[in-house]
Amino acid sequence: MDTLLLSRLQFAVATYFHFLFVPLTLGLSILIAIMETAFVRTKNVEYQTMAKFWGKLFLINFAVGVVTGITLEFQFGTNWARYSRYVGDIFGPLLAIEATVAFFLESTFIAVWAFGWKRLSPKAHAISIWLVAFASSLSAVWILIANSWMQHPVGYVIKDGKPVLNDFMAAITQPYAILTILHTLAASYIVAGFFVMGISAYHLLKKQFVSLFTKSFRIALIFSLIFSIFVVVEGHMHGSDLADKQPAKLAALESHWETGPIAPVFIVAVPDEKNARNSIEIGIIPGALSMMAFHSLNATVIGLRDIPKDERPPVTATFVSFRLMVTLGMLFILLTVVGWFLRKKIDSQRLYLKVMLYAIPLPYIACAFGWTVTEMGRQPWLVYGLMKTADGVSPVAASQVAVSLVAFTLVYLVLGIVAFLLMAKHARKGPQLAPDISSVERR
Amino acid sequence: MLETTWFVLWGILWAFYFMLDGFDLGIGSLLPFIAKNESDKRTIYKSIGPFWDGNEVWLITAGGVTFAAFPATYAVMFSSLYTPLMIILFALILRGAALELRGKTTSPAGRSLWDFCFVIGSFLPALLFGVAFANIFKGIPIDGDGILQGNLLTLLNPYGILGGLLFLSLFLVHGSLWLAAKSEDEVYLRAGSTVHALWPILIVIAVLFLIYTAFQTSVYENYLSSPVLFIIPALCVCALFLIRIYAGQKSYWKAWFASCIAIVCATLFGVVGIYPNLFPSSLDAKYSMTIYNSASSPLSLKIMLVVALIFVPIVIIYQGWAYTLFKGKVKEEEGGEGEVY
Repeated sequence: MDTLLLSRLQFAVATYFHFLFVPLTLGLSILIAIMETAFVRTKNVEYQTMAKFWGKLFLINFAVGVVTGITLEFQFGTNWARYSRYVGDIFGPLLAIEATVAFFLESTFIAVWAFGWKRLSPKAHAISIWLVAFASSLSAVWILIANSWMQHPVGYVIKDGKPVLNDFMAAITQPYAILTILHTLAASYIVAGFFVMGISAYHLLKKQFVSLFTKSFRIALIFSLIFSIFVVVEGHMHGSDLADKQPAKLAALESHWETGPIAPVFIVAVPDEKNARNSIEIGIIPGALSMMAFHSLNATVIGLRDIPKDERPPVTATFVSFRLMVTLGMLFILLTVVGWFLRKKIDSQRLYLKVMLYAIPLPYIACAFGWTVTEMGRQPWLVYGLMKTADGVSPVAASQVAVSLVAFTLVYLVLGIVAFLLMAKHARKGPQLAPDISSVERR
Repeated sequence: MLETTWFVLWGILWAFYFMLDGFDLGIGSLLPFIAKNESDKRTIYKSIGPFWDGNEVWLITAGGVTFAAFPATYAVMFSSLYTPLMIILFALILRGAALELRGKTTSPAGRSLWDFCFVIGSFLPALLFGVAFANIFKGIPIDGDGILQGNLLTLLNPYGILGGLLFLSLFLVHGSLWLAAKSEDEVYLRAGSTVHALWPILIVIAVLFLIYTAFQTSVYENYLSSPVLFIIPALCVCALFLIRIYAGQKSYWKAWFASCIAIVCATLFGVVGIYPNLFPSSLDAKYSMTIYNSASSPLSLKIMLVVALIFVPIVIIYQGWAYTLFKGKVKEEEGGEGEVY
């Protein structure tokens, strides 16, 4: 294997793994902040116990997110040096701003929050977790602005063969970035909502800490319901934005080969990339793609055949990931809407609780598919229309990357298992109640 | 002018990183020598628990600023130093995981394994950052394409190793001072005697390094052309002696602040010496990465400057506040159930 393929694999390992922890950090910080605010407002200690319980899981998750985050910044230089040199004028400042405005805030106040239970007033303590929640979402905003610039570069001029910034505001406020940010944040909040619902379901099924987990479940349910609907509506807008900006990606999403009006969507399709067609097409919905992309039946949607062969993304991977992501997204709406109707007597809905327990991994999987769509769909470009992935890799020996790739895989595997076991252990154990309450609670 | 401003900020960011993460890297390396039992270990972990993560963000920022202000240098630096950086990266990953997850692990074997990760993960970066920076001061064998003509062993030359030992000993003293200031009883006494044992070694290494630098690098050329700059190494030497004086009086906080100055000045000593280079080539000066051939556009540098001038002071204020929030000696009873460690 060559340096390029190894570097791509390494980036994939590092990024997918990192993004197992990021969405929970983004969403759970907000849920904990809501719980602590409820404690400050109602003085009901149960909310504090709740915040401490979820906080423990949050900290384990946060730790792995932090340590695997450094890799991502290092990797641009170590493995993608030619890319870094090429885009540094625009991409570099976005990363540096992320660190300066968000990482410091996040890391400082997470420590203040974790160690400050006795040193701060309840109000100040709640503010510190709100700051963590704000800072982590803010860091997502900046990194996604940077990612969006790779998808749809704006605000630059080419000077000496390189893109040079000429309009900072254009780069940071472009609609592509706003759509990506909203989509990723909403998806992350769903991950956290399902995580809280699933673990609450575990305890409700065991009939322990019923009051605390019923409350947790309800908070997470409302949160998930809102963002499940939001992410689909917003995702649709994001998709039609692609029609203008990344036609090749849009065509790959639906495995759409022939340019033309009344572009269809097939309920089942099997892409045949070699012959530039679908080998199986079942259940045609005429005009559905034109409708979704341009809100008009007669709109022409560019097909993959009209995109040069060496500029087509891997169709099967993009198409399948997109389909699965969308299916999961619809399922989240279904599950949360059902939950909404059952919310009054949630602790007695055993079947629903069981489903929700096993649904914990689903939003994680949806996120991974989402990133596959975004990043695979951008190929073969590293910076859309400007630089191909093959031209961005570092001039380092394949053996160096092979060794680091193996090391990353092993270390991350162990780290992943340890984090999972620790979280499972603390999740099962349940909250630590004051002795007088626990005797009543633990039935 | 803008490039020079960013060169100075770049140097200061790295110096700040070493000053802040230096003490927790030093403490990590010293864990097996100072901790005799679980309670000692808990004291040591707790002494840096609320601080290490915020300190490490200075590394991310220093890396990010290298990327943003001098992208070509970032590209050459990080790709040519691929293997040592990967070792540092893995060390920091294991160390961070150890710091955060040890307190949530109940089995003694699991805890010992985390201790091992913590010690190795602290020792290797302390040493390797020194090796890397000494090599940068000396010049790295990079060719015109920014490719390293050599391997990890090329960097482990005598000057590089001496630089590694200098950083390591600075961090060990820095860490033991912090620990002495933050602890009581046995740990306090052992941390104090570690300072006294290490200080003479640090002085010998520092003197050797200053002399060897004259033979191995062209760092002193900038000093000879503007002698006023000699104030930086002079301050460093003064700070090193202040450490001894204050530590002798058991004023460990004052000694720790002196140690902060020593580390900042030691870093800046080399950084000032390589100006206007950021990453000099030892093969040919025309291959060197300088502030002129690697800087971002004036617009990017200006935007970053505005962001830095607004946010860095704010960061210093709230990080300073967090340091004062957790001031005072580490108490065993603090951080009981439901909290970390």
